Amino acid sequence: MKPAPALAEGFPDLSGLRIAREPHWFRWISAGLIVLVLAAIARAFANGQIEWSYVGRFLTAKVILEGIVNTMVMAVLAMALGIFLGIVVAIMRLSPNPVLKSVAAGYTWLFRGTPLILQLLLWFNLALVFPTIGIPGLWSARAVDVMTPFLAALLGLGINQGAYTSEVMRAGMLSVDIGQYEAAQAIGMGRLRALRRIVLPQAMRVVIPPLGNEFISMVKATSLASVIQYPELLHNAENIYYANSRVIELLIVAGLWYLLVVSILTPLQMLLERRFARGTLRLAR
Amino acid sequence: MTKPLVAIRSVSKNFGEFQALKNVSLDVRPGEVMCLIGASGSGKTTLLRCINQLATIDAGGIWLDGELLGVREHGGRLHRLSEREIGRQRLKTGMVFQRFNLFPHKTALENITEGPTQVQGRKLDEVRTEALELLRRVGLSAKADWYPAQLSGGQQQRVAIARALAMKPMLMLFDEPTSALDPELVGEVLAVMKELARSGMTMMVVTHELGFAREVADRVVYMDQGAIVEQGRASDVLGAPREERTKAFLSAVI
Repeated sequence: MKPAPALAEGFPDLSGLRIAREPHWFRWISAGLIVLVLAAIARAFANGQIEWSYVGRFLTAKVILEGIVNTMVMAVLAMALGIFLGIVVAIMRLSPNPVLKSVAAGYTWLFRGTPLILQLLLWFNLALVFPTIGIPGLWSARAVDVMTPFLAALLGLGINQGAYTSEVMRAGMLSVDIGQYEAAQAIGMGRLRALRRIVLPQAMRVVIPPLGNEFISMVKATSLASVIQYPELLHNAENIYYANSRVIELLIVAGLWYLLVVSILTPLQMLLERRFARGTLRLAR
Repeated sequence: MTKPLVAIRSVSKNFGEFQALKNVSLDVRPGEVMCLIGASGSGKTTLLRCINQLATIDAGGIWLDGELLGVREHGGRLHRLSEREIGRQRLKTGMVFQRFNLFPHKTALENITEGPTQVQGRKLDEVRTEALELLRRVGLSAKADWYPAQLSGGQQQRVAIARALAMKPMLMLFDEPTSALDPELVGEVLAVMKELARSGMTMMVVTHELGFAREVADRVVYMDQGAIVEQGRASDVLGAPREERTKAFLSAVI
Protein backbone atom coordinates (compact mmCIF):
# COMPACT_ATOMS: atom_id res chain seq x y z
CA MET A 1 0.00 0.00 0.00
CA LYS A 2 1.29 3.47 -0.90
CA PRO A 3 1.78 5.92 2.01
CA ALA A 4 -0.62 8.92 2.01
CA PRO A 5 0.96 11.96 0.31
CA ALA A 6 2.47 14.54 2.71
CA LEU A 7 0.14 17.45 3.65
CA ALA A 8 1.10 21.07 2.88
CA GLU A 9 2.48 23.31 5.71
CA GLY A 10 0.91 26.58 6.97
CA PHE A 11 -2.49 25.34 8.14
CA PRO A 12 -2.56 25.36 11.98
CA ASP A 13 -4.25 22.63 14.00
CA LEU A 14 -7.70 23.91 15.09
CA SER A 15 -8.90 20.78 16.85
CA GLY A 16 -9.56 21.46 20.52
CA LEU A 17 -10.81 25.03 19.90
CA ARG A 18 -14.51 25.66 20.65
CA ILE A 19 -16.83 27.93 18.64
CA ALA A 20 -17.51 31.11 20.66
CA ARG A 21 -21.07 32.00 21.59
CA GLU A 22 -22.56 34.73 19.36
CA PRO A 23 -23.70 37.86 21.24
CA HIS A 24 -27.12 38.19 19.49
CA TRP A 25 -27.48 41.86 20.44
CA PHE A 26 -30.62 42.34 18.41
CA ARG A 27 -32.43 39.49 20.16
CA TRP A 28 -31.75 41.02 23.57
CA ILE A 29 -32.87 44.51 22.48
CA SER A 30 -36.06 43.30 20.79
CA ALA A 31 -36.96 41.05 23.73
CA GLY A 32 -36.50 44.01 26.08
CA LEU A 33 -38.74 46.23 23.95
CA ILE A 34 -41.48 43.63 23.83
CA VAL A 35 -41.37 43.18 27.62
CA LEU A 36 -41.78 46.97 27.98
CA VAL A 37 -44.75 47.05 25.60
CA LEU A 38 -46.42 44.12 27.38
CA ALA A 39 -45.86 45.76 30.76
CA ALA A 40 -47.44 48.98 29.48
CA ILE A 41 -50.50 47.08 28.21
CA ALA A 42 -50.79 45.17 31.49
CA ARG A 43 -50.58 48.44 33.45
CA ALA A 44 -53.20 50.05 31.25
CA PHE A 45 -55.62 47.17 31.88
CA ALA A 46 -54.83 47.09 35.60
CA ASN A 47 -55.62 50.82 35.94
CA GLY A 48 -58.49 50.75 33.41
CA GLN A 49 -62.16 50.55 34.22
CA ILE A 50 -62.15 46.79 34.62
CA GLU A 51 -63.39 45.11 37.75
CA TRP A 52 -61.24 42.00 37.68
CA SER A 53 -63.18 40.50 40.54
CA TYR A 54 -66.18 40.22 38.19
CA VAL A 55 -64.04 38.29 35.70
CA GLY A 56 -63.07 35.85 38.42
CA ARG A 57 -66.61 35.53 39.73
CA PHE A 58 -68.30 34.95 36.36
CA LEU A 59 -65.57 32.70 34.90
CA THR A 60 -67.23 29.70 36.53
CA ALA A 61 -70.80 30.99 36.71
CA LYS A 62 -73.41 28.36 35.90
CA VAL A 63 -74.78 30.27 32.90
CA ILE A 64 -71.30 30.66 31.44
CA LEU A 65 -70.53 26.97 31.93
CA GLU A 66 -73.83 26.04 30.28
CA GLY A 67 -72.86 28.38 27.46
CA ILE A 68 -69.54 26.68 26.88
CA VAL A 69 -71.23 23.25 26.90
CA ASN A 70 -73.76 24.46 24.32
CA THR A 71 -70.95 25.97 22.27
CA MET A 72 -69.06 22.67 22.21
CA VAL A 73 -72.17 20.58 21.50
CA MET A 74 -73.02 22.84 18.58
CA ALA A 75 -69.43 22.94 17.27
CA VAL A 76 -69.12 19.14 17.33
CA LEU A 77 -72.55 18.44 15.78
CA ALA A 78 -72.23 21.15 13.12
CA MET A 79 -68.73 19.97 12.24
CA ALA A 80 -69.96 16.38 12.00
CA LEU A 81 -72.73 17.50 9.65
CA GLY A 82 -70.19 19.59 7.73
CA ILE A 83 -67.78 16.68 7.32
CA PHE A 84 -70.56 14.32 6.25
CA LEU A 85 -71.84 16.81 3.67
CA GLY A 86 -68.29 17.64 2.66
CA ILE A 87 -67.44 14.02 1.88
CA VAL A 88 -70.69 13.44 -0.04
CA VAL A 89 -70.30 16.65 -2.04
CA ALA A 90 -66.62 15.99 -2.77
CA ILE A 91 -67.48 12.51 -4.09
CA MET A 92 -70.25 14.03 -6.21
CA ARG A 93 -67.84 16.67 -7.48
CA LEU A 94 -65.35 14.02 -8.59
CA SER A 95 -67.99 11.76 -10.13
CA PRO A 96 -68.21 11.36 -13.91
CA ASN A 97 -71.95 12.17 -13.73
CA PRO A 98 -72.43 15.78 -14.95
CA VAL A 99 -75.68 16.20 -12.98
CA LEU A 100 -74.07 15.27 -9.66
CA LYS A 101 -71.09 17.42 -10.54
CA SER A 102 -73.15 20.55 -11.17
CA VAL A 103 -75.29 20.04 -8.06
CA ALA A 104 -72.12 19.79 -5.98
CA ALA A 105 -70.57 22.86 -7.58
CA GLY A 106 -73.81 24.81 -7.13
CA TYR A 107 -74.00 23.90 -3.45
CA THR A 108 -70.45 25.09 -2.81
CA TRP A 109 -71.09 28.27 -4.79
CA LEU A 110 -74.28 29.15 -2.90
CA PHE A 111 -73.15 28.49 0.65
CA ARG A 112 -69.65 29.90 0.28
CA GLY A 113 -71.00 32.92 -1.54
CA THR A 114 -73.24 34.30 1.21
CA PRO A 115 -72.32 35.41 4.74
CA LEU A 116 -72.75 32.80 7.45
CA ILE A 117 -74.72 35.18 9.68
CA LEU A 118 -77.17 35.78 6.84
CA GLN A 119 -77.66 32.03 6.40
CA LEU A 120 -78.29 31.62 10.14
CA LEU A 121 -80.92 34.36 10.04
CA LEU A 122 -82.56 32.77 6.99
CA TRP A 123 -82.83 29.36 8.64
CA PHE A 124 -84.13 30.87 11.85
CA ASN A 125 -86.77 32.90 10.01
CA LEU A 126 -87.82 30.07 7.71
CA ALA A 127 -91.31 30.24 9.24
CA LEU A 128 -91.85 33.57 7.47
CA VAL A 129 -91.57 31.74 4.13
CA PHE A 130 -93.10 28.39 5.02
CA PRO A 131 -95.54 28.68 7.95
CA THR A 132 -96.02 24.92 8.01
CA ILE A 133 -93.53 22.29 6.91
CA GLY A 134 -93.79 18.54 6.54
CA ILE A 135 -94.38 15.66 4.17
CA PRO A 136 -97.79 16.06 2.45
CA GLY A 137 -100.28 13.54 3.84
CA LEU A 138 -97.90 12.06 6.38
CA TRP A 139 -96.74 14.66 8.82
CA SER A 140 -96.74 18.41 9.20
CA ALA A 141 -95.92 20.96 11.86
CA ARG A 142 -95.69 24.68 12.37
CA ALA A 143 -92.27 25.86 11.23
CA VAL A 144 -91.82 28.08 14.30
CA ASP A 145 -92.06 24.98 16.49
CA VAL A 146 -89.64 22.94 14.42
CA MET A 147 -87.07 25.61 13.62
CA THR A 148 -85.72 26.13 17.13
CA PRO A 149 -82.55 28.18 17.65
CA PHE A 150 -80.71 24.87 18.08
CA LEU A 151 -81.88 23.41 14.76
CA ALA A 152 -81.42 26.69 12.89
CA ALA A 153 -77.86 27.02 14.21
CA LEU A 154 -77.07 23.37 13.41
CA LEU A 155 -78.35 23.66 9.84
CA GLY A 156 -76.81 27.08 9.25
CA LEU A 157 -73.38 26.22 10.61
CA GLY A 158 -73.29 22.61 9.34
CA ILE A 159 -74.42 23.28 5.79
CA ASN A 160 -72.10 26.25 5.48
CA GLN A 161 -69.24 24.16 6.85
CA GLY A 162 -70.04 21.42 4.34
CA ALA A 163 -69.35 23.81 1.48
CA TYR A 164 -65.85 24.52 2.78
CA THR A 165 -65.14 20.96 3.89
CA SER A 166 -66.07 19.58 0.48
CA GLU A 167 -63.17 21.51 -1.03
CA VAL A 168 -60.79 20.24 1.65
CA MET A 169 -62.00 16.67 1.05
CA ARG A 170 -61.70 17.03 -2.71
CA ALA A 171 -58.10 18.22 -2.32
CA GLY A 172 -57.42 15.22 -0.07
CA MET A 173 -58.86 12.75 -2.55
CA LEU A 174 -56.98 14.32 -5.45
CA SER A 175 -53.76 13.96 -3.45
CA VAL A 176 -54.09 10.16 -3.50
CA ASP A 177 -52.17 8.60 -6.37
CA ILE A 178 -54.31 7.45 -9.32
CA GLY A 179 -52.53 4.09 -9.07
CA GLN A 180 -54.40 3.49 -5.81
CA TYR A 181 -57.77 3.69 -7.62
CA GLU A 182 -56.44 1.35 -10.29
CA ALA A 183 -55.10 -1.16 -7.78
CA ALA A 184 -58.46 -1.11 -6.00
CA GLN A 185 -60.30 -1.62 -9.29
CA ALA A 186 -57.92 -4.41 -10.25
CA ILE A 187 -59.01 -6.41 -7.20
CA GLY A 188 -62.61 -5.93 -8.29
CA MET A 189 -63.67 -2.95 -6.17
CA GLY A 190 -66.33 -0.55 -7.39
CA ARG A 191 -65.85 3.20 -7.27
CA LEU A 192 -67.56 3.79 -3.95
CA ARG A 193 -65.91 0.87 -2.17
CA ALA A 194 -62.51 1.98 -3.48
CA LEU A 195 -63.21 5.47 -2.16
CA ARG A 196 -64.29 4.23 1.24
CA ARG A 197 -61.66 1.55 1.80
CA ILE A 198 -58.64 2.84 -0.07
CA VAL A 199 -58.81 6.50 -1.04
CA LEU A 200 -60.53 8.22 1.90
CA PRO A 201 -58.30 6.68 4.61
CA GLN A 202 -55.27 7.97 2.71
CA ALA A 203 -56.89 11.34 2.07
CA MET A 204 -57.56 11.72 5.82
CA ARG A 205 -53.86 12.15 6.47
CA VAL A 206 -53.74 15.17 4.18
CA VAL A 207 -57.09 16.50 5.29
CA ILE A 208 -56.70 16.52 9.08
CA PRO A 209 -54.51 19.63 9.45
CA PRO A 210 -56.93 21.83 7.45
CA LEU A 211 -59.94 20.18 9.12
CA GLY A 212 -58.45 20.91 12.55
CA ASN A 213 -58.17 24.49 11.41
CA GLU A 214 -61.80 24.47 10.28
CA PHE A 215 -62.97 23.00 13.58
CA ILE A 216 -61.22 25.75 15.54
CA SER A 217 -62.96 28.27 13.28
CA MET A 218 -66.22 26.46 13.92
CA VAL A 219 -65.88 26.71 17.72
CA LYS A 220 -65.66 30.46 17.33
CA ALA A 221 -68.26 30.69 14.55
CA THR A 222 -70.87 29.24 16.90
CA SER A 223 -70.82 32.66 18.58
CA LEU A 224 -72.68 33.98 15.51
CA ALA A 225 -75.61 31.81 16.61
CA SER A 226 -76.06 34.29 19.45
CA VAL A 227 -78.01 36.44 16.96
CA ILE A 228 -80.65 33.70 16.67
CA GLN A 229 -80.96 33.18 20.42
CA TYR A 230 -78.98 29.94 20.64
CA PRO A 231 -77.71 29.93 24.26
CA GLU A 232 -74.03 29.46 23.52
CA LEU A 233 -71.15 31.07 25.39
CA LEU A 234 -71.23 34.58 23.89
CA HIS A 235 -75.02 34.75 23.99
CA ASN A 236 -75.07 33.87 27.69
CA ALA A 237 -72.26 36.33 28.46
CA GLU A 238 -74.26 39.04 26.69
CA ASN A 239 -77.36 38.19 28.69
CA ILE A 240 -75.41 38.68 31.91
CA TYR A 241 -74.02 42.05 30.89
CA TYR A 242 -77.40 43.25 29.71
CA ALA A 243 -78.40 42.79 33.37
CA ASN A 244 -75.30 44.03 35.20
CA SER A 245 -73.60 46.26 32.58
CA ARG A 246 -70.20 44.61 33.14
CA VAL A 247 -69.62 44.41 29.38
CA ILE A 248 -65.84 44.18 29.17
CA GLU A 249 -65.53 41.83 32.15
CA LEU A 250 -67.94 39.32 30.60
CA LEU A 251 -66.38 39.59 27.15
CA ILE A 252 -63.05 38.78 28.80
CA VAL A 253 -64.66 35.77 30.50
CA ALA A 254 -65.96 34.51 27.15
CA GLY A 255 -62.63 35.22 25.48
CA LEU A 256 -60.72 33.24 28.11
CA TRP A 257 -63.01 30.23 27.60
CA TYR A 258 -62.61 30.30 23.81
CA LEU A 259 -58.83 30.50 24.24
CA LEU A 260 -58.85 27.56 26.65
CA VAL A 261 -60.93 25.36 24.35
CA VAL A 262 -58.76 26.12 21.33
CA SER A 263 -55.62 25.43 23.38
CA ILE A 264 -56.96 21.98 24.27
CA LEU A 265 -57.96 21.21 20.67
CA THR A 266 -54.50 21.75 19.19
CA PRO A 267 -52.78 18.77 20.86
CA LEU A 268 -55.87 16.63 20.15
CA GLN A 269 -55.39 17.34 16.47
CA MET A 270 -51.81 16.09 16.67
CA LEU A 271 -53.02 12.82 18.19
CA LEU A 272 -55.48 12.36 15.31
CA GLU A 273 -52.77 13.10 12.76
CA ARG A 274 -50.63 10.39 14.27
CA ARG A 275 -53.50 7.91 14.04
CA PHE A 276 -53.94 8.49 10.33
CA ALA A 277 -50.23 8.56 9.57
CA ARG A 278 -50.22 4.75 9.84
CA GLY A 279 -47.86 3.19 7.33
CA THR A 280 -45.91 6.32 6.53
CA LEU A 281 -42.17 6.31 6.95
CA ARG A 282 -42.20 8.64 9.95
CA LEU A 283 -43.53 5.77 12.03
CA ALA A 284 -41.23 3.08 10.62
CA ARG A 285 -40.12 0.68 13.30
CA MET B 1 -56.64 -26.66 -31.02
CA THR B 2 -57.48 -25.73 -27.41
CA LYS B 3 -59.81 -22.83 -26.79
CA PRO B 4 -57.88 -19.65 -26.03
CA LEU B 5 -58.23 -18.18 -22.53
CA VAL B 6 -57.91 -14.70 -23.98
CA ALA B 7 -59.10 -13.86 -27.49
CA ILE B 8 -58.35 -10.37 -28.72
CA ARG B 9 -60.01 -9.47 -32.03
CA SER B 10 -59.39 -6.31 -34.08
CA VAL B 11 -58.96 -4.12 -31.02
CA SER B 12 -58.32 -0.40 -31.48
CA LYS B 13 -57.81 2.22 -28.82
CA ASN B 14 -57.27 5.95 -29.22
CA PHE B 15 -56.16 8.61 -26.79
CA GLY B 16 -57.42 11.69 -28.59
CA GLU B 17 -55.48 11.85 -31.84
CA PHE B 18 -53.00 9.20 -30.74
CA GLN B 19 -53.76 5.64 -31.86
CA ALA B 20 -52.49 3.47 -29.03
CA LEU B 21 -53.74 0.18 -30.51
CA LYS B 22 -54.37 -0.43 -34.19
CA ASN B 23 -56.50 -3.43 -35.07
CA VAL B 24 -54.73 -5.84 -32.73
CA SER B 25 -55.70 -9.53 -32.71
CA LEU B 26 -54.11 -12.12 -30.46
CA ASP B 27 -54.87 -15.39 -28.67
CA VAL B 28 -53.49 -16.49 -25.32
CA ARG B 29 -53.82 -20.19 -24.56
CA PRO B 30 -54.45 -21.54 -21.06
CA GLY B 31 -51.15 -22.03 -19.20
CA GLU B 32 -49.22 -19.97 -21.70
CA VAL B 33 -46.60 -17.45 -20.59
CA MET B 34 -46.51 -14.58 -23.06
CA CYS B 35 -44.02 -11.73 -22.96
CA LEU B 36 -44.88 -8.48 -24.69
CA ILE B 37 -41.88 -6.39 -25.69
CA GLY B 38 -41.44 -3.13 -27.52
CA ALA B 39 -40.47 0.49 -27.06
CA SER B 40 -42.47 2.71 -24.75
CA GLY B 41 -45.58 3.97 -26.50
CA SER B 42 -45.82 0.81 -28.58
CA GLY B 43 -49.17 -0.12 -27.00
CA LYS B 44 -48.17 -3.17 -24.95
CA THR B 45 -49.19 -1.66 -21.60
CA THR B 46 -52.41 -0.33 -23.11
CA LEU B 47 -53.26 -3.81 -24.36
CA LEU B 48 -52.79 -5.19 -20.85
CA ARG B 49 -54.92 -2.43 -19.36
CA CYS B 50 -57.67 -3.11 -21.88
CA ILE B 51 -57.79 -6.77 -20.82
CA ASN B 52 -58.17 -5.65 -17.20
CA GLN B 53 -60.64 -2.94 -18.28
CA LEU B 54 -58.66 -0.16 -16.68
CA ALA B 55 -58.87 1.24 -20.22
CA THR B 56 -61.88 0.84 -22.49
CA ILE B 57 -61.43 -0.18 -26.10
CA ASP B 58 -62.82 1.87 -28.98
CA ALA B 59 -63.33 -0.95 -31.45
CA GLY B 60 -63.11 -4.73 -31.59
CA GLY B 61 -63.62 -7.19 -28.78
CA ILE B 62 -61.79 -9.05 -26.05
CA TRP B 63 -63.05 -12.39 -24.76
CA LEU B 64 -61.78 -13.83 -21.50
CA ASP B 65 -62.67 -17.44 -20.72
CA GLY B 66 -65.28 -17.25 -23.47
CA GLU B 67 -66.96 -14.14 -22.04
CA LEU B 68 -67.02 -10.83 -23.92
CA LEU B 69 -65.44 -8.11 -21.73
CA GLY B 70 -67.02 -4.77 -20.89
CA VAL B 71 -69.99 -4.90 -23.26
CA ARG B 72 -72.99 -7.05 -24.13
CA GLU B 73 -74.38 -7.50 -27.63
CA HIS B 74 -78.09 -6.87 -27.79
CA GLY B 75 -80.33 -5.87 -30.66
CA GLY B 76 -77.44 -5.25 -33.02
CA ARG B 77 -75.67 -2.90 -30.64
CA LEU B 78 -73.09 -3.13 -27.89
CA HIS B 79 -74.21 -2.02 -24.44
CA ARG B 80 -71.70 -1.24 -21.71
CA LEU B 81 -71.84 -3.50 -18.67
CA SER B 82 -72.54 -2.06 -15.25
CA GLU B 83 -69.71 -1.29 -12.87
CA ARG B 84 -70.68 -4.33 -10.82
CA GLU B 85 -70.48 -6.68 -13.82
CA ILE B 86 -67.14 -5.21 -14.86
CA GLY B 87 -65.92 -5.73 -11.30
CA ARG B 88 -66.96 -9.37 -11.51
CA GLN B 89 -65.11 -9.81 -14.81
CA ARG B 90 -62.00 -8.18 -13.36
CA LEU B 91 -61.83 -10.88 -10.70
CA LYS B 92 -60.70 -13.33 -13.39
CA THR B 93 -57.53 -11.31 -13.93
CA GLY B 94 -54.83 -10.30 -11.49
CA MET B 95 -52.83 -7.17 -12.26
CA VAL B 96 -49.33 -6.31 -11.12
CA PHE B 97 -48.33 -2.70 -11.67
CA GLN B 98 -45.01 -1.13 -12.51
CA ARG B 99 -45.16 1.03 -9.39
CA PHE B 100 -46.59 -1.74 -7.12
CA ASN B 101 -49.55 0.41 -5.96
CA LEU B 102 -49.76 -1.32 -2.62
CA PHE B 103 -52.20 0.30 -0.20
CA PRO B 104 -49.82 2.28 2.05
CA HIS B 105 -52.19 2.41 5.04
CA LYS B 106 -52.46 -1.37 5.22
CA THR B 107 -49.89 -3.97 6.22
CA ALA B 108 -48.60 -6.54 3.75
CA LEU B 109 -51.10 -9.07 5.09
CA GLU B 110 -53.99 -6.59 5.01
CA ASN B 111 -53.12 -5.68 1.43
CA ILE B 112 -53.57 -9.33 0.49
CA THR B 113 -56.75 -9.98 2.51
CA GLU B 114 -58.49 -6.76 1.42
CA GLY B 115 -59.83 -8.07 -1.90
CA PRO B 116 -61.01 -11.54 -0.79
CA THR B 117 -62.76 -10.18 2.32
CA GLN B 118 -64.15 -6.92 0.95
CA VAL B 119 -64.95 -7.86 -2.63
CA GLN B 120 -65.54 -11.59 -2.49
CA GLY B 121 -67.07 -11.41 0.99
CA ARG B 122 -65.06 -14.32 2.33
CA LYS B 123 -64.30 -14.97 6.01
CA LEU B 124 -61.17 -13.28 7.31
CA ASP B 125 -59.98 -16.43 9.09
CA GLU B 126 -59.69 -18.61 6.01
CA VAL B 127 -58.44 -15.73 3.86
CA ARG B 128 -55.73 -15.01 6.44
CA THR B 129 -54.47 -18.57 6.24
CA GLU B 130 -54.31 -18.38 2.46
CA ALA B 131 -52.66 -14.95 2.60
CA LEU B 132 -49.95 -16.22 4.95
CA GLU B 133 -49.38 -19.15 2.58
CA LEU B 134 -49.07 -16.70 -0.34
CA LEU B 135 -46.59 -14.59 1.64
CA ARG B 136 -44.57 -17.74 2.28
CA ARG B 137 -44.70 -18.52 -1.44
CA VAL B 138 -43.23 -15.12 -2.31
CA GLY B 139 -40.68 -15.48 0.51
CA LEU B 140 -42.04 -12.81 2.84
CA SER B 141 -43.49 -14.74 5.76
CA ALA B 142 -41.57 -12.54 8.19
CA LYS B 143 -43.01 -9.31 6.78
CA ALA B 144 -46.74 -9.98 7.21
CA ASP B 145 -47.30 -7.09 9.62
CA TRP B 146 -45.04 -4.58 7.91
CA TYR B 147 -46.31 -1.55 6.07
CA PRO B 148 -45.33 -1.03 2.41
CA ALA B 149 -43.13 1.96 3.28
CA GLN B 150 -41.04 -0.35 5.46
CA LEU B 151 -40.39 -2.79 2.60
CA SER B 152 -37.90 -2.58 -0.26
CA GLY B 153 -39.21 -2.19 -3.80
CA GLY B 154 -38.64 -5.84 -4.54
CA GLN B 155 -40.49 -6.91 -1.41
CA GLN B 156 -43.36 -4.56 -2.22
CA GLN B 157 -43.69 -6.01 -5.70
CA ARG B 158 -43.74 -9.54 -4.30
CA VAL B 159 -46.52 -8.52 -1.91
CA ALA B 160 -48.34 -7.01 -4.89
CA ILE B 161 -48.07 -10.34 -6.72
CA ALA B 162 -49.45 -12.13 -3.66
CA ARG B 163 -52.28 -9.60 -3.47
CA ALA B 164 -53.23 -10.33 -7.08
CA LEU B 165 -52.99 -14.10 -6.55
CA ALA B 166 -55.25 -13.94 -3.50
CA MET B 167 -58.20 -13.29 -5.80
CA LYS B 168 -57.50 -16.67 -7.47
CA PRO B 169 -57.34 -15.21 -10.99
CA MET B 170 -57.15 -17.38 -14.10
CA LEU B 171 -54.88 -14.87 -15.83
CA MET B 172 -52.05 -12.77 -14.39
CA LEU B 173 -51.12 -9.49 -16.06
CA PHE B 174 -47.73 -7.95 -15.32
CA ASP B 175 -47.13 -4.36 -16.41
CA GLU B 176 -43.36 -3.87 -16.41
CA PRO B 177 -43.12 -5.41 -12.93
CA THR B 178 -39.40 -4.80 -12.53
CA SER B 179 -38.96 -1.43 -14.28
CA ALA B 180 -39.23 0.63 -11.09
CA LEU B 181 -36.80 -1.54 -9.15
CA ASP B 182 -33.16 -1.05 -8.29
CA PRO B 183 -31.11 -3.51 -10.37
CA GLU B 184 -30.18 -5.73 -7.42
CA LEU B 185 -33.86 -6.24 -6.55
CA VAL B 186 -35.02 -7.37 -10.00
CA GLY B 187 -33.94 -10.97 -9.51
CA GLU B 188 -36.14 -11.71 -6.49
CA VAL B 189 -39.27 -10.56 -8.33
CA LEU B 190 -38.40 -12.49 -11.49
CA ALA B 191 -37.79 -15.59 -9.34
CA VAL B 192 -41.32 -15.37 -7.97
CA MET B 193 -42.69 -14.94 -11.49
CA LYS B 194 -40.72 -17.93 -12.75
CA GLU B 195 -42.12 -20.07 -9.96
CA LEU B 196 -45.59 -18.86 -10.87
CA ALA B 197 -45.01 -19.73 -14.54
CA ARG B 198 -43.86 -23.22 -13.60
CA SER B 199 -47.02 -23.71 -11.53
CA GLY B 200 -49.03 -23.43 -14.77
CA MET B 201 -50.45 -19.91 -14.39
CA THR B 202 -51.41 -18.15 -17.59
CA MET B 203 -49.38 -14.96 -17.72
CA MET B 204 -49.05 -11.92 -19.93
CA VAL B 205 -45.93 -9.98 -19.07
CA VAL B 206 -44.97 -6.58 -20.44
CA THR B 207 -41.25 -6.45 -19.81
CA HIS B 208 -37.86 -5.20 -20.84
CA GLU B 209 -36.20 -8.20 -19.19
CA LEU B 210 -35.24 -10.12 -22.32
CA GLY B 211 -33.36 -12.69 -20.25
CA PHE B 212 -36.57 -13.51 -18.42
CA ALA B 213 -38.47 -13.67 -21.72
CA ARG B 214 -35.90 -16.02 -23.21
CA GLU B 215 -35.96 -18.31 -20.20
CA VAL B 216 -39.65 -18.40 -19.27
CA ALA B 217 -41.86 -17.20 -22.14
CA ASP B 218 -43.66 -19.69 -24.36
CA ARG B 219 -44.23 -16.88 -26.80
CA VAL B 220 -42.76 -13.42 -27.31
CA VAL B 221 -44.80 -10.69 -28.99
CA TYR B 222 -43.03 -7.64 -30.33
CA MET B 223 -45.21 -4.55 -30.68
CA ASP B 224 -44.49 -1.23 -32.34
CA GLN B 225 -46.73 1.82 -32.89
CA GLY B 226 -49.83 0.09 -31.62
CA ALA B 227 -49.54 -3.05 -33.71
CA ILE B 228 -48.06 -6.53 -33.37
CA VAL B 229 -45.03 -6.68 -35.60
CA GLU B 230 -43.72 -10.13 -34.91
CA GLN B 231 -44.47 -13.03 -32.59
CA GLY B 232 -43.28 -16.53 -32.01
CA ARG B 233 -41.14 -18.69 -29.75
CA ALA B 234 -38.75 -16.69 -27.61
CA SER B 235 -35.71 -18.24 -29.25
CA ASP B 236 -37.00 -17.28 -32.71
CA VAL B 237 -38.16 -13.71 -32.02
CA LEU B 238 -35.24 -12.81 -29.77
CA GLY B 239 -32.60 -15.01 -31.43
CA ALA B 240 -33.47 -14.77 -35.12
CA PRO B 241 -35.95 -11.93 -35.70
CA ARG B 242 -37.38 -11.71 -39.20
CA GLU B 243 -38.70 -8.16 -39.20
CA GLU B 244 -36.38 -5.18 -39.59
CA ARG B 245 -38.14 -3.26 -36.80
CA THR B 246 -37.68 -6.16 -34.38
CA LYS B 247 -34.02 -6.37 -35.26
CA ALA B 248 -33.58 -2.64 -34.73
CA PHE B 249 -35.35 -2.76 -31.37
CA LEU B 250 -33.37 -5.75 -30.13
CA SER B 251 -30.02 -4.29 -31.17
CA ALA B 252 -30.95 -1.04 -29.39
CA VAL B 253 -31.93 -2.86 -26.18
CA ILE B 254 -29.10 -5.38 -25.89
